Amino acid sequence: MVERHVDLESLARRCGEWLRGTGPQSDIVMSSRIRLARNLAEFPFISRASTGDRNEIEQALRGAVLDAGGAMRLDYLDVNQLEGIDRQFLVERQLISREHAESEGARGVAIDSGEQVSLMINEEDHLRIQVMHSGLDLRNAWTEISRIDDLVGERVTYAFSEKLGYLTACPTNVGTGMRVSVMLHLPALVLTRQIEKVFRSLQKINLAVRGLYGEGSQAMGDFYQISNQITLGKKEEQLVEQVGDVVPFIIDYERRAREALIKESHENLHDRVSRAYGILRTAQTISSEETMHLLSSVRMGVNLGLINDLEIPTINQLFIHTQPAHLQKLRGVELDTADRNIERARYLRRHLNKDDGRDSGQQN
Amino acid sequence: MKCQKCEKPATFHITELTSGKPQELHLCEECAREYLTQPEGNETAASPSLAGQLAQHLAIGQTAQELARLDQQSCPVCGITFFDFRNKGRLGCPHDYVCFQTELEKLLLNIHGETEHVGKRPARSQGGTDEQTQLIRLRREMKEAIDEEHYERASELRDQMRKIKGDSDQ
Repeated sequence: MVERHVDLESLARRCGEWLRGTGPQSDIVMSSRIRLARNLAEFPFISRASTGDRNEIEQALRGAVLDAGGAMRLDYLDVNQLEGIDRQFLVERQLISREHAESEGARGVAIDSGEQVSLMINEEDHLRIQVMHSGLDLRNAWTEISRIDDLVGERVTYAFSEKLGYLTACPTNVGTGMRVSVMLHLPALVLTRQIEKVFRSLQKINLAVRGLYGEGSQAMGDFYQISNQITLGKKEEQLVEQVGDVVPFIIDYERRAREALIKESHENLHDRVSRAYGILRTAQTISSEETMHLLSSVRMGVNLGLINDLEIPTINQLFIHTQPAHLQKLRGVELDTADRNIERARYLRRHLNKDDGRDSGQQN
Repeated sequence: MKCQKCEKPATFHITELTSGKPQELHLCEECAREYLTQPEGNETAASPSLAGQLAQHLAIGQTAQELARLDQQSCPVCGITFFDFRNKGRLGCPHDYVCFQTELEKLLLNIHGETEHVGKRPARSQGGTDEQTQLIRLRREMKEAIDEEHYERASELRDQMRKIKGDSDQ
């Protein structure tokens, strides 16, 4: 077992594979993600685990995960030893959950260098395996995560019941322990006020909708995550299909809304997109919320050919790199809100203005 | 504890999980019924409100006395009470699925519409054996013995655990 330690500063400058915008339908589908919840059979769940239990679980799973992931060259981060800002950084990067960042005691995460795989130890369950791919790519994500799950499952004994399947701390995850989700960028459906209609129809077929980073229904940057609610009584492949089958309809719906906007109010849309781009390129101080909002318009503008000097991966990366912890890691200093807003504006100007904008993907 | 909406004693303890942080509500039967039957309003996030659904089921099917009795039941392995589970929405150990089987089955049917797993199985499918359940219980008892400074008892428990682990390794 080889344990490697990742350098967060260099991680900050890179960009995860899932942000490269290379996957199928990646103009609208940002990413496809699957996660599996697993627990060790001989320990209590986290809520009843003593400090000693948590330490033992962490040790057992760290060993099993790093051994299982041998060929993947996983890096292990001891989340309990990390500073608050580093934990927040991993949340922004979607490598750990907010709950994992904010809890206490022995816990960690193993990640691969492409940031497509992350294995969280001592989250709500003992182990949460996550695989994230660019675009609409659920089937491949399932094949990959199932293989990782098998490899870990050969090394530890999971809590499993013949009747109920994988036993989880929360009964909402029992059975497959699987959450399949797709992150969609739906600015035109938001703009044309049709998003509520989409939500209601998805709820009818037992799919959940959440906004990215936002609390509750408040979506930041018009990103929405669609996922299965049911985890028991269906095969994993069926759950993958349930989510995967509905996504093309939403994509189509979003595309039609975009076409209608172009056709019916081309000037207004072009104006909106251009102003958003203008503000991002010239602002001297800007909040995270406004940045997400404007980047969303710019992203749609690039996809519709209204902006021609920007690449989608650059915008995808800006969504992540302008988050509070990323800005501070990239700058190498801690900043308060006011200074962060100034730094964010500076970062955006540097990456969106022509001279450096082109190769911004390679620079920090 | 008094109901949060009126002066009557609170007999329903609901944990809402819809908005990021769990929100606890303590209500009397009448207010709980009113709360649970009100429409979801303009809520757009469809995150599963586990405790809400559970309480809904309980509000229909159970009297306050039955609920109070159920709340006091505890798992012999991890020690969690049904009340703890209803409040936090999280179980304490794999054995809870056996211990609170009747109640959980109704809940699972409510959430998933099914009560049987048909998906993949782990390579080592001996999960949830008596030995493993015993290990969870012994761990807890050992910790309690240490906390109470009963070191002799703790060392006995440790030997029992070693024996189980040794047996299962062979």
